[in-house]
Amino acid sequence: MKLDGKTPKGPLDDKWTNYRSKMDLVAPNNKRRLDVIVVGTGLAGASAASTLGELGYNVKCFTFHDSPRRAHSIAAQGGINAAKNYQNDGDSVYRLFYDTIKGGDYRSRESNVHRLAEVSRNIIDQAAAQGVPFAREYGGLLANRSFGGVQVSRTFYARGQTGQQLLLGAYQSLSRQISLGSVKMYNRHEMLDVVKIDGKARGIIARNLLTGELERHAAHCVVLATGGYGNVFYLSTNAMGSNVTAAWRAVKRGAYMANPCYTQIHPTCIPVSGDYQSKLTLMSESLRNDGRVWVPKKKEDVMAIREGRKTGNDVPEEDRDYYLERRYPAFGNLVPRDVASRAAKVVCDEGHGVNSTGLAVYLDFSDAIQRYGKSEANTMGNHNPDAATIKRLGTAVIEAKYGNLFEMYEKITGENPYVYPMKIYPAVHYTMGGLWVDYNLETNVPGLFALGEANFSDHGANRLGASALMQGLADGYFVLPYTIGTFLCNEIRTPKIDPNAPEFEEAETSTRTRLEKILNIKGNQTVESFHRRLGKIMWEYCGMSRSAEGLKKGRQMIRDLKAEFHRDVFVPGTQAEFNPELEKALRVADFIELGENMMVDALDRNESCGGHYREEYTENGEAQRNDEDYTYVSAWEWDDDQPILHKEELIFENVELKTRSYK
Amino acid sequence: MDLILKVWRQKNNADSGRFEKYKVKANEHMSFLEMMDVLNEDLLAKKEEPIAFEHDCREGICGSCNMVIDGRPHGPNNGTTTCQLHMRFFKDGDTITVEPWRVKAFPVIKDLVVDRSAFDRIIQSGGYISVNTGQAQDANAIPIEKDLAGQAFDAATCIGCGACAAACPNASAMLFTSAKINHLGLLPQGEVEHSKRVQAMVTQMDEEGFGMCSNTGACEVDCPKEISISNIALMNRSYFGSVFGSDKGSK
Repeated sequence: MKLDGKTPKGPLDDKWTNYRSKMDLVAPNNKRRLDVIVVGTGLAGASAASTLGELGYNVKCFTFHDSPRRAHSIAAQGGINAAKNYQNDGDSVYRLFYDTIKGGDYRSRESNVHRLAEVSRNIIDQAAAQGVPFAREYGGLLANRSFGGVQVSRTFYARGQTGQQLLLGAYQSLSRQISLGSVKMYNRHEMLDVVKIDGKARGIIARNLLTGELERHAAHCVVLATGGYGNVFYLSTNAMGSNVTAAWRAVKRGAYMANPCYTQIHPTCIPVSGDYQSKLTLMSESLRNDGRVWVPKKKEDVMAIREGRKTGNDVPEEDRDYYLERRYPAFGNLVPRDVASRAAKVVCDEGHGVNSTGLAVYLDFSDAIQRYGKSEANTMGNHNPDAATIKRLGTAVIEAKYGNLFEMYEKITGENPYVYPMKIYPAVHYTMGGLWVDYNLETNVPGLFALGEANFSDHGANRLGASALMQGLADGYFVLPYTIGTFLCNEIRTPKIDPNAPEFEEAETSTRTRLEKILNIKGNQTVESFHRRLGKIMWEYCGMSRSAEGLKKGRQMIRDLKAEFHRDVFVPGTQAEFNPELEKALRVADFIELGENMMVDALDRNESCGGHYREEYTENGEAQRNDEDYTYVSAWEWDDDQPILHKEELIFENVELKTRSYK
Repeated sequence: MDLILKVWRQKNNADSGRFEKYKVKANEHMSFLEMMDVLNEDLLAKKEEPIAFEHDCREGICGSCNMVIDGRPHGPNNGTTTCQLHMRFFKDGDTITVEPWRVKAFPVIKDLVVDRSAFDRIIQSGGYISVNTGQAQDANAIPIEKDLAGQAFDAATCIGCGACAAACPNASAMLFTSAKINHLGLLPQGEVEHSKRVQAMVTQMDEEGFGMCSNTGACEVDCPKEISISNIALMNRSYFGSVFGSDKGSK
């Protein structure tokens, strides 16, 4: 099957405007007759559901959480990008577009990314109007900061809780539509299958998590906004419940999974401290605005630190290797995430890691404290401050900017980061891959749409900081509500979809059988233990660096793990009750299958790009792309034995493909 | 460290529930929830039913986790959610009591899991600004004083966990409700609907069966986001103002 991205013709700048102006619309009286299912209530899902409700569609919205407000978008810290150019520093829609394409290592679709940059400006307006309390300057206007991979300040933020505030904005809009009756909300419901009738997505099977009842929900189309699959690695910065089940069930019904091997390993996370660990905690990238990353040059300092005889503060300036500033003078500590993560791995592999596991580097704020301290003292008229005053004033500035992050660090590690430099290490954070979608955000299954992290469309092989919030809200507020009309305008004569149709019957029965099978294994190993083992395999063979040999081995190990899981997993309780272990088991079973898809994809891609780093393809320690052979999106039609690869060629009409350099 | 846990077990809402005692081995680097994970893995190894508890982000922001630990919602440390509480604050040999939120408006679903949908309904009754997608003006068209934006943020930082109601002897939800009212009411965007919002949200809060505030201050002490009790005073002023027609926003 040839994949058609449906990119509109015409100049890049005008594509979206022209397309939007000429697309077929659904009249208000017809919208009332059309049902839409939205699965997921994060930034993408909540914004889509509320906007579709405002437009007049009948929306049913689903979340597995107890409340839509708990979706994992809530945990995003640093900020949201927008090409507002409020700082007058040369930003523009084109620059945001270009930075995103380059940051993604030239593996995303030009037209989608340009549209994202265009609507970014509307998102900030919308959020401000909803009462999102963005950071402000003394003049009352919005403040900005910088993020990795760019040379302008275009990131809007609400302390270190930007995701929380934006999600609450979307949740409140959604709550308004719920109270108006245009959206019917289903909390504690997990989607377990997509139902297709005559090839079109017409509904879902959802399990009521409180009663275990399998429910049929029919609609004219289905929107998945179900997030990413980082938890396939077990340890990640994702919430414990984040999972791939909705997307993977769509794949099982024929949707294509695109670029699953593109995984973002975030450079600044709190290092792993023990085997019992259940998740990793991110320290926002915004910290790299003021923190300097380093490791000791001398092995004797490294050993002394690991054994607790020294701290980072005891290492003199000349014995520190600020390796990002050394290797990448143009961007320094603000290189993109993939570059920063690999550089950390390199210094740790060379034996310079600073905690007992050898897997940590320093993120040090002492210079920033000095700099801010002096400047604060100056503004107070004290032009000759003593060291203690500088430290006190500088610390106060850092506290105002990053207070909640420093607090979180101290709670988890028990160490005061105002006094001792933070220790950080890369961790799985985001997945650029996802369901394949065209320009309309529609998958290859007609009537099935995918938004936000659940799709693959905007970030290529690496996502820039503060762009996930932007994409989730762009898709939900400003893209899907238009593009969904291209499908629904042909459905205005379609009567209500019948949940008693044989296709629903079949989907419900096969779901029930799947649940019963897992419950009836009654083996001897816990779901958690399988998940941990899966994570180890993925991290070892499909993590920060990959090789053909390792990927082949990893694939076999996953297949063995899958067989063992279906032979020996133990799930207590029954189907017809609130059963969190059963929920987990279903998710882990899907993660295992996705893991194999990731290995297969990573093996196919004989190049290094963004978050996909193949040991065989490097040049002077940097990733080596192969534009000749791999300028395509891999879209997998999944089959356990013979997965089929469909390629969407990426065509670059507006940017020239270059070696990505941040030096 | 060796610990004894006294955990509330309750099969479902119809069951009357009871404490069960468990022994668990932990170490000081674990979070409280990771210690619970260890206990659950032990129970599963014995083919016993694990303890149901709510959790998700495990970084203190989603508001899912909700354990009353030794009598205090989210445990002994101020400004800390259950998931961010670490075992280094406990001693070897400690006996720790773990219960669900005890609030009439939050019925127990199973073990430590309660139904907090009452909070969603309070927000649905008016906890928003009525603006449709696409209607907004340029974000910088409304300057907002930095301190005022900061004050609104302090209220907006609520994670909706319900610890305020669980801590309150009257099971009152006034800290939660007032935080949302003031987040929106302090901002010029939210001022237009302020009076209507206060009335609607307070009415819904009462209908859900939450109690009244008698100023014990327990909510503020146990709020993991340290939201100030002065929000309640501000809400009360707005409420009476809205009844008597003299209110103009939270300011």
